[in-house]
Amino acid sequence: MTTILTYPFKNLPTASKWALRFSVQTKTKKTLAKPNIRNVVVVDGVRTPFLLSGTSYKDLMPHDLARAALTGLLHQTSVPKEVVDYIIFGTVIQEVKTSNVAREAALGAGFSDKTPAHTVTMACISANQAMTTGVGLIASGQCDVIVAGGVELMSDVPIRHSRKMRKLMLDLNKAKSMGQRLSLISKFRFNFLAPELPAVSEFSTSETMGHSADRLAAAFAVSRLEQDEYALRSHSLAKKAQDEGLLSDVVPFKVPGKDTVTKDNGIRPSSLEQMAKLKPAFIKPYGTVTAANSSFLTDGASAILIMAEEKALAMGYKPKAYLRDFMYVSQDPKDQLLLGPTYATPKVLEKAGLTMNDIDAFEFHEAFSGQILANFKAMDSDWFAENYMGRKTKVGLPPLEKFNNWGGSLSLGHPFGATGCRLVMAAANRLQKEGGQYGLVAACAAGGQVRYSGVHRTLQRVIFLE
Amino acid sequence: MVACRAIGILSRFSAFRILRSRGYICRNFTGSSALLTRTHINYGVKGDVAVVRINSPNSKVNTLSKELHSEFSEVMNEIWASDQIRSAVLISSKPGCFIAGADINMLAACKTLQEVTQLSQEAQRIVEKLEKSTKPIVAAINGSCLGGGLEVAISCQYRIATKDRKTVLGTPEVLLGALPGAGGTQRLPKMVGVPAALDMMLTGRSIRADRAKKMGLVDQLVEPLGPGLKPPEERTIEYLEEVAITFAKGLADKKISPKRDKGLVEKLTAYAMTIPFVRQQVYKKVEEKVRKQTKGLYPAPLKIIDVVKTGIEQGSDAGYLSESQKFGELIMTKESKALMGLYHGQVLCKKNKFGAPQKDVKHLAILGAGLMGAGIAQVSVDKGLKTILKDATLTALDRGQQQVFKGLNDKVKKKALTSFERDSIFSNLTGQLDYQGFEKADMVIEAVFEDLSLKHRVLKEVEAVIPDHCIFASNTSALPISEIAAVSKRPEKVIGMHYFSPVDKMQLLEIITTEKTSKDTSASAVAVGLKQGKVIIVVKDGPGFYTTRCLAPMMSEVIRILQEGVDPKKLDSLTTSFGFPVGAATLVDEVGVDVAKHVAEDLGKVFGERFGGGNPELLTQMVSKGFLGRKSGKGFYIYQEGVKRKDLNSDMDSILASLKLPPKSEVSSDEDIQFRLVTRFVNEAVMCLQEGILATPAEGDIGAVFGLGFPPCLGGPFRFVDLYGAQKIVDRLKKYEAAYGKQFTPCQLLADHANSPNKKFYQ
Repeated sequence: MTTILTYPFKNLPTASKWALRFSVQTKTKKTLAKPNIRNVVVVDGVRTPFLLSGTSYKDLMPHDLARAALTGLLHQTSVPKEVVDYIIFGTVIQEVKTSNVAREAALGAGFSDKTPAHTVTMACISANQAMTTGVGLIASGQCDVIVAGGVELMSDVPIRHSRKMRKLMLDLNKAKSMGQRLSLISKFRFNFLAPELPAVSEFSTSETMGHSADRLAAAFAVSRLEQDEYALRSHSLAKKAQDEGLLSDVVPFKVPGKDTVTKDNGIRPSSLEQMAKLKPAFIKPYGTVTAANSSFLTDGASAILIMAEEKALAMGYKPKAYLRDFMYVSQDPKDQLLLGPTYATPKVLEKAGLTMNDIDAFEFHEAFSGQILANFKAMDSDWFAENYMGRKTKVGLPPLEKFNNWGGSLSLGHPFGATGCRLVMAAANRLQKEGGQYGLVAACAAGGQVRYSGVHRTLQRVIFLE
Repeated sequence: MVACRAIGILSRFSAFRILRSRGYICRNFTGSSALLTRTHINYGVKGDVAVVRINSPNSKVNTLSKELHSEFSEVMNEIWASDQIRSAVLISSKPGCFIAGADINMLAACKTLQEVTQLSQEAQRIVEKLEKSTKPIVAAINGSCLGGGLEVAISCQYRIATKDRKTVLGTPEVLLGALPGAGGTQRLPKMVGVPAALDMMLTGRSIRADRAKKMGLVDQLVEPLGPGLKPPEERTIEYLEEVAITFAKGLADKKISPKRDKGLVEKLTAYAMTIPFVRQQVYKKVEEKVRKQTKGLYPAPLKIIDVVKTGIEQGSDAGYLSESQKFGELIMTKESKALMGLYHGQVLCKKNKFGAPQKDVKHLAILGAGLMGAGIAQVSVDKGLKTILKDATLTALDRGQQQVFKGLNDKVKKKALTSFERDSIFSNLTGQLDYQGFEKADMVIEAVFEDLSLKHRVLKEVEAVIPDHCIFASNTSALPISEIAAVSKRPEKVIGMHYFSPVDKMQLLEIITTEKTSKDTSASAVAVGLKQGKVIIVVKDGPGFYTTRCLAPMMSEVIRILQEGVDPKKLDSLTTSFGFPVGAATLVDEVGVDVAKHVAEDLGKVFGERFGGGNPELLTQMVSKGFLGRKSGKGFYIYQEGVKRKDLNSDMDSILASLKLPPKSEVSSDEDIQFRLVTRFVNEAVMCLQEGILATPAEGDIGAVFGLGFPPCLGGPFRFVDLYGAQKIVDRLKKYEAAYGKQFTPCQLLADHANSPNKKFYQ
């Protein structure tokens, strides 16, 4: 599935004064603003601390976490609740009691009951989908102010009765006489009680993602050592960012009945020796993907406030970034499940008229070390570009010194539905901190086919989201 | 359609699957001696691991030829002699094939039993050296690992296989009338247990990698890789090699144990097999079953059991000796020659002799959603052809679509497909009642009722809506294609495609060309058939084409024999004991009495007396009483849902009594009855070759065996004449001619063969 946003004509951008003020280095383009298209800005975004699942958040429900992100956003931005036109949240493993978790969380967080809300799902890029849906609503003039976000609570997942048991129970409901009931009950077998777990594997290929990542790493000849080194880098950078207080999007969360959680708990820089001791987690006994070089099951929520630029300025905000071009691409769910960033990055760059060198901050979702490194190798390969992407030359590598400098999903954690907003805020905050102009966000997702890519731009300049 | 409703049953018969196993393909390499460079094998050393790569030149597969044997021994000796090398990996450089088996031509070239036995003993020695190797050897298997290839693999210390659909392991020798002659009969039972080993060797079935892992046939699996920095197949082989090297090192360092944990069931079975009484019972049971299934017509299965038994009861040395001797004996049998001939024929019939068509067929439309139409749709959609299935009524269409779905769903149940793949395949099918979308069709196959005027009507209707390049193929079993094409505006685009029911099980497709059919049309039809996985014979147009025409005189004889008072059950047992997979009376029931009547009348009119014999009145009376065979619940037998046992239909007695003929005692022995049926079949087949309906005897044999169930152990009518002797057949015919007249007059070509004993259909 590929989604490309089409912009209807509207007012002209007003970004030029910042463009003049902050142009740090020579860029291919001074701005990504497009004539007749409304500019969409990120006012600010927050997230709850991301925790290993089964820790402090384990007794909560997903909407509790989402509510925490929403109240955090309200607090951080002081946005009046009544100006919010629409709320969109992403989530992956749905709690069936709160299937529209966006609405439940919004009501609980004290938003107006007149503000509509909906929930989207697109595997690991659900929050990205929530944000770009918002961008579309603003750019097309339907809304001015949108809250987008995402939530995932892996500590509790819906485990169901088996289909046979469910059928029996539903039939029992409809049975009219005692005789009918008894005859139904007589059909009961003990194996009906075997529970059904939420699928951990791709529906289309029955392959788990870790397994797919291991095969991908092998296909690109990514060694175990390379993977461990990259994971170590992610953890070290995350630790540094946390210690230096750079993860400013994290808001403290007072968990009912427990202490206030103030920071992510999955960051654990280790040593290569320690990591080398771990056994492969998926392809046993000779695979290369281990617990140490994969992202872990995480609980967390994030939320972001996006507005039409003129609205934000009129309300006196100093927006953090523009959200610019974005793109979704999809490939073969079996062998190219995790290669989205490779496919989407060049396309979104071309669409925006930029080159890899123009980008000051890259934020890529790190599902597995092996996946990131395989994408690097694919981007660096002329052969791959020619044979699979229909390009004449390779995409080119993103420079590592601009890449996930404050840690990534491997170290900070990856609550499926919430990661997208974290990526965008990390890019925006980095651009502001480092004085860059353009940022690019990319993520790969399950569900087989979806990758997503986009561009936005900070006040200083721009970010893409992939 | 006629001939073959029934014959689905055939496919149950094991020898039929002969030829499904890919890869047992062979080539003769003239012995360019490898003194300077090795042509089949190269090896390199990585660290302390030797990597031996097999890559036979000019071939898609590796086969165990003499050259490969000698190079292999040479390389292994170097490895064993080297101090630097501590372990080895054995791998093929060919995608999709590890080793496909022994070189059949090498075996066929042997003149004497001793020569074959000697070949087997040489092979035994090589694999024994592998087994006894002090340096661990890891077999890295990607693609087919069959016959001799498997025997090499199981003598290695460790086996790693890719979990690819193309990776299959098996011992298909039995399907060629032989046995695993390189130690397989001795090692396999030790590795996977006697019952599983016997099952593999007696059925010749191919085992997929994941199943092989569960059985203990391989020790590790490697997932095939997707696109990376190299083409997927290439990188997968490389990755397999890398993984195999780590295991080879691990084995040499004793970090990995080649022993495998056995499951509880396996342990119990293994324990039970240590009790002599249990073993005897197992042998007895298996022998009984084999005797029942082969009816003593196939010598290989019993010898396999015998050799396995010898090895277990009398020790390996006796086992190996017996294996090599029995191997030699089997290779020399007529049955083995017949089965190998079929194998070669099948390879031939998997090629498109018309070359590549100008335009690939991508959109297919099928008219008629009956048994045949839906069957054709099923084998088309699962090969990715966009297929329209059209019928006149919604009920018929529903039934047809359900048939396709069920066919696919059954594969899901057998785990040959995932439910997702099923759905995505099923989405290639469009069911409809009108001609929408026919403007895009590249080929239309009609499978409407066998009625010339109906076929004319649909042909005209279809020609009004299809594009110029579109081919019109008619699926008919007896209506001459030129008559159907008579109303066509573009007869060069009209062709016959005679499928056999059930289409998804029967491998044969008979393609019929008229004088006007263009070469490109034929090329397209063959290309589509090959895509559908069919074995294809191409024949000239004529009443009954080839298959139906051969069957008709035999069926006429069936009726006469029944009229002469032979019990249908007795007739069935006579035909099956001759090697036919389905009894003759049952066959009529399965085909449908009405259909048989239709064909008998049509062909009777054209061929006159030669097709006479039985009185068609028998069929007419059966039809009038509603005894249409299985589909109506009554024919010669009574059929009931869920009841396996077949009882004779007692209402037939009066019909048979009214048409009773006095039997002629001089030609009514059991053997005579069998030969009366078979010689009429064979005589007609040879006549088809004589008249040019058939282009080659090989196609005639393949058509008869795969389409009509001619006994595979005889190799088809032409092979049968060669092996049995034309003279003897002509003698038989003449004897019956004396009793019954013209129906048994040997045709000219057969008589020629009888007159000059050097004349053979296969030189």
